[in-house]
Amino acid sequence: MAASSRAQVLRLYRALLRESQRFSSYNYRTYAIRRIRDAFRENKNIKDSEKIEELVNKAKANLEVIHRQVTIGQLYSTQKLVIEGPGNT
Amino acid sequence: MDVQATTPLDPRVLDSMLPYLTAYYGNPHSRTHAYGWESEAAMEKARRQVADLIGADPREIIFTSGATESNNMALKGVARFYKSRKKHIITTQTEHKCVLDSCRFLETEGFRVTYLPVKKNGLIDLKELEAAFQPDTSLVSVMTVNNEIGVKQPIHDIGEICRARKVFFHTDAAQAVGKIPMDVNDMKIDLMSISGHKIYGPKGVGAIYVRRRPRVRLEPVQSGGGQERGLRSGTVPTPLAVGLGAACEVAQQEMEYDHKRISQLAERLVTKIMSEVPHVVMNGDREHRYPGCINLSFAYVEGESLLMALKDVALSSGSACTSASLEPSYVLRAIGTDEDLAHSSIRFGIGRFTTEEEVDYTVQKCIQHVKRLREMSPLWEMVQDGIDLKSIKWTQH
Repeated sequence: MAASSRAQVLRLYRALLRESQRFSSYNYRTYAIRRIRDAFRENKNIKDSEKIEELVNKAKANLEVIHRQVTIGQLYSTQKLVIEGPGNT
Repeated sequence: MDVQATTPLDPRVLDSMLPYLTAYYGNPHSRTHAYGWESEAAMEKARRQVADLIGADPREIIFTSGATESNNMALKGVARFYKSRKKHIITTQTEHKCVLDSCRFLETEGFRVTYLPVKKNGLIDLKELEAAFQPDTSLVSVMTVNNEIGVKQPIHDIGEICRARKVFFHTDAAQAVGKIPMDVNDMKIDLMSISGHKIYGPKGVGAIYVRRRPRVRLEPVQSGGGQERGLRSGTVPTPLAVGLGAACEVAQQEMEYDHKRISQLAERLVTKIMSEVPHVVMNGDREHRYPGCINLSFAYVEGESLLMALKDVALSSGSACTSASLEPSYVLRAIGTDEDLAHSSIRFGIGRFTTEEEVDYTVQKCIQHVKRLREMSPLWEMVQDGIDLKSIKWTQH
């Protein structure tokens, strides 16, 4: 099986970030974005195609988790934290 | 900023639990139909996930309602099972309330308990531990990471000492599992308590590790249908168990990443506060600690006033269990903190979801209010004038 191309990986990366941006919880949102960035950076030099495939599958599964959890989060929204007030984003 | 009290549920954990709260509702102990089998398979998978995190065999994991129940089971269970020959237990003064209270209860049943003191840094003295053993000691119970001051006890050494004397060793690892590497075989632990909601899992679930070889035997606390090898009767809550399993798996994957980040944030918090405010004392050993739990004493400031001033930040002066009382923490008193400093302590907790902005906000507010409260304090004025407060003779009215 051919390894995912660079373009495919980047598309997945952007999709993950875009979806995470929709978390209504401040802490989940910032964590997801931070974790995704760090994970892709950490693994950016991996050349082994099997390993890449494994990571891509993990990322796809996580994208689904994020998608479902974003929806749940939006059903039960709460007040914003003091950190999120004007001047702080 | 109070993650020692509880942690938010990780979205990955909730995602794994939801199917068992909706579609798969079978009783995991039902053997006669597919609903039961599905739930049983999920429960056994979770058991394996918990076991993998601590290097145990899945058969050694018993699901409970939380670390409090696990601690009760370990202490009362072992003590009562071996009571005909062994009537002595060793623990420390800085344990969690549920361990201390179980010990008090056992004392009324005729057991003898040694409450080891701790050194100034919050760690126990291994020599004192060795001296405390008696011929009929059945159990030693020492917590891995303290919930108030974050110190990490020398579990490895304690395990060796206990194994050499053939005394069972229990550790309350509610604040340690999933945050620092734990291996029950390497550390020679015979019983270990685990909590779900301290590791981004659900509340109302925990586990106890009970060693099979050499076998540790317990008298069950709860009687009933004989679930969990007869040690903990009652239907296992499948969704909660699945959540605990998922939390353990996530913790295993994220341990290194989380630890690195939490250390950075802790460093940021401590350096910023220490550089801006004088007379701040960090409680507990500096080296042997879990970085995510920081306990600071702000001299000449009353802890509760500071907490009131910082009411938009979730902080605590000690453990949640005792946060309703104004009494200073017994843990701080055990490490020999002066009464006035024990009254002025605040616990800062940093976890997986804490951000730099939250740390900075807390630090900034904290510095601002400590300065403000000190300006109002007559004691602070006297200290500025060079009066030693300890030399003052206070009159009683």
